[in-house]
Amino acid sequence: MNFQTDQFRLKVGLAEMLKGGVIMDVVNAEQAVVAEKAGAVAVMALERVPADIRKEGGVARMSQIRIIRDIMEAVSIPVMAKVRIGHFMEARILEVLGVDYIDESEVLTPADEEHHVSKHDFKVPFVCGARNLGEALRRIAEGAAMIRTKGEAGSGNIVEAVRHIRTIVKEMKQLTVLGKEELVHEAKNLQAPLELVEYVAEHGKLPVPNFSAGGIATPADAALVMQLGAEAVFVGSGIFKSSDPETRARAIVKAATYYRDPVKLLEASEELGEAMPGLEISKLESSELMQTRGW
Amino acid sequence: MTDKPRVGVLALQGDFDAHRRAIERAGGDAVEVRTAEDLRDVEGLVIPGGESTTMLKLLNDEHLFEPVREFGKRKPVFGTCAGAILLASEVVNPHQDSLGLVDITVERNAYGRQIDSRISDIELDDGKTEAVFIRAPVIRRVGQGVKVLASYRNDPVLVEQGRHLIATFHPELSRDISIHRKFLETLIQNGDGRDDENPSR
Repeated sequence: MNFQTDQFRLKVGLAEMLKGGVIMDVVNAEQAVVAEKAGAVAVMALERVPADIRKEGGVARMSQIRIIRDIMEAVSIPVMAKVRIGHFMEARILEVLGVDYIDESEVLTPADEEHHVSKHDFKVPFVCGARNLGEALRRIAEGAAMIRTKGEAGSGNIVEAVRHIRTIVKEMKQLTVLGKEELVHEAKNLQAPLELVEYVAEHGKLPVPNFSAGGIATPADAALVMQLGAEAVFVGSGIFKSSDPETRARAIVKAATYYRDPVKLLEASEELGEAMPGLEISKLESSELMQTRGW
Repeated sequence: MTDKPRVGVLALQGDFDAHRRAIERAGGDAVEVRTAEDLRDVEGLVIPGGESTTMLKLLNDEHLFEPVREFGKRKPVFGTCAGAILLASEVVNPHQDSLGLVDITVERNAYGRQIDSRISDIELDDGKTEAVFIRAPVIRRVGQGVKVLASYRNDPVLVEQGRHLIATFHPELSRDISIHRKFLETLIQNGDGRDDENPSR
């Protein structure tokens, strides 16, 4: 696995540029413009936000091309779009379309229940979700240039996002104190390549940026996951399912920059209307959970 | 001044951490700048790569736009990619406000989208270096007094005007720290930088 190739460095490079920022889900050009004006570093072009996918059910696929194209034309910031897990042909289509990042996402209905896309084969960079270090390292081994903790998309509940970022950070810390022979054993436990396990043990971090997603609904939520170690945040339903998307978008952008500054966070929280309605995770059937998709 | 020059890195958003590491490798002391007060005890400022629209919005909302512009009238500022866009006197594709500290016209996303990002060698006075272009802007016009230090495909990619330095690429993502070193030298020569009419370079 060579992470020093020009292609991989460029993929990680774009993720570096998004650090400290907010990537917002949008379903049309109008929302994309609101997001850009509010200070989003990128938008995720979707047909339906996760809260609606959850509500409406059915198979969730890559968005209509027309929607993605409209959004690409409407804004100057990077545009991302989602493909189903393992659906490398949806990915090829988005690559040709020219989206800036592809999210191989558990929010859509998986296309393959064993394999993810072989992402090193693409010129366009990929982000993938993870709940723990093993998942994160397997995705990186496949070529993901950015990891986002999964949380529980469309729930408006931060508890899973917190669980996942805490888990990954803790698992990384634990590796840093292990000896070489112990790392071999850990690689087996994590079901991840030894080379990547050794990288994490040496550096105490992933070889690619680590962002957070799935349940962020308020500036305080964004600041919380960033304090816990996330380097940027994805906000899905949290913005455009709230009562005043524009104000909330600006507030979360401010929170991602000033996540260590409670006075600024108070300012950011001051003008907010109602947040999106939230779901209690324990009330969801296991078949309704999106985070368990991905292998 | 302490032995190590103190360099501020605008940390509103973007790859400010990569700049911090590059500054430290080049022998400087890096300080994250998020408020006007943070500018008080730094001798120069780096505006990193990232999204220029996001940084511009935060500069305005957090009342940093004027303080950074004032800072640039006395002290060196180094902008890479988004930083280059913010320092320019004119920005197109689309038009947006900028600090106007360097007399250039910059076109955003001029090479295309992410799949058009690239790593290429460029020639400097003292040899080759690697240039990492990520959704990079292109400098379409350089004003009088702007010196072109390197070009790529006939477009200027590294320029200086007085004490300010601009790269449309990302030297902070390369192993070679010669460009950060050059900025640190400017910073040391600038000293307290009181005389705006007679910059040290």
